[in-house]
Amino acid sequence: MGKVIVITSGKGGVGKTTTTANIGTGLAALGQKVCLVDTDIGLRNLDVVMGLENRIVYDLLHVVEGQCRLRQALIKDKQFGDRLVLLPAPQTREKDAVTPEQMKELMKELREEYDFVLLDSPAGIEHGFKNAVAGADHAIVVTTPEIAAVRDADRIIGLLEAAELYDPQLIINRVRPGMVRRGDMMSIGDIDDILAIEILGVVPDDQDIIVSTNRGEPVVTNPKSRAGQAYRNIARRLLGEEVPLMNLEERKVMHWFKRLLSGEAQ
Amino acid sequence: MFEFLSKLFGGFEGSKNRAKERLRLVLVHDRASLSPGLVEALKEELIEVITKYMEIDEEGLEVNFDKSDDSVALIANIPVKSVKRGMGEAPGGKRQSKGRGQQGGKKR
Ligand SMILES: Nc1ncnc2c1ncn2[C@@H]1O[C@H](COP(=O)(O)OP(=O)(O)OP(=O)(O)O)[C@@H](O)[C@H]1O
Ligand SMILES: [Mg+2]
Repeated sequence: MGKVIVITSGKGGVGKTTTTANIGTGLAALGQKVCLVDTDIGLRNLDVVMGLENRIVYDLLHVVEGQCRLRQALIKDKQFGDRLVLLPAPQTREKDAVTPEQMKELMKELREEYDFVLLDSPAGIEHGFKNAVAGADHAIVVTTPEIAAVRDADRIIGLLEAAELYDPQLIINRVRPGMVRRGDMMSIGDIDDILAIEILGVVPDDQDIIVSTNRGEPVVTNPKSRAGQAYRNIARRLLGEEVPLMNLEERKVMHWFKRLLSGEAQ
Repeated sequence: MFEFLSKLFGGFEGSKNRAKERLRLVLVHDRASLSPGLVEALKEELIEVITKYMEIDEEGLEVNFDKSDDSVALIANIPVKSVKRGMGEAPGGKRQSKGRGQQGGKKR
């Protein structure tokens, strides 16, 4: 029986879709069977981040309405084949086309088949959020070190509890070590003080993410990327391994130097 | 003068302290209006403590958050029916609460 994990945030644009794609791919790389579900109805995105947009025939709505079999709608990943599949969101305008009850049923089916089912939740706290959390048994909250994002994360943590999803874990995304050092960005400790939930991972703000999204290949598969390393660590933690949080404070020059020494730099 | 200095030092400290402080306050607002359950629990414990010292009208007890721009106050209105004998010598003896709380409530 697999784990169903919802990736959510409250505030939009903080990195839920990027996180879902990378954790999923990271877990598949560690030998897990993973299914990614895009629940952002009308604003499908996970397909392009995974680079699978050209293969979509059926979507989540077709499945719950019985217009196709579940298997037909699942798109196999380019690299990992049927160990990593995507169920795309419908691009319909009716956001309530899918109900929480239907989501629960679907998750029952998927958790039989996969070790991890990751649900990419839409921004907001309305219908889409309720759908995404309905069939989940665990939640990951994504935030950035900004007031608005942390505030919404706090709100979401409350709503998750109300939905009986206790003990959510936190990912702090887009951290800029230089700004933290100058005292111009809240640190991991600051955010931990405020939200007081377990930190699953810290991901630096990294241009590699934009490059890899352009290519449709999640950054986690790039061995040289710091963000990629952060996601690889998160995937290992989800499998129960104890991996210390990355030292983001390391100076760029040092990082470059280390890469040079290990023969990674071009 | 103090404000000027703190602004000056605020500049040196970086903006994150300001962010953290603002966040802390906004969360007090958010959390307060979010969890009516918490207010209920608070009421019950308040009643428990206060009834050790005086008889109050439990039905009439009101607890609210008063939100102004830069602060939040907890305001309790507690109608007192009668004060127990010997209150003057009660340990600690503090009968007035500090802060911005509305005092005493209605005495009948
Ligand atoms: N660590 C990072 N470093 C640099 N860019 C990032 C990082 N994380 C996310 N981004 C970029 O931020 C943008 C928003 O990310 P993403 O789409 O994953 O957010 P989201 O929370 O899913 O948004 P929405 O609420 O709209 O669904 C994207 O352009 C993505 O490439
Ligand atoms: Mg998204």
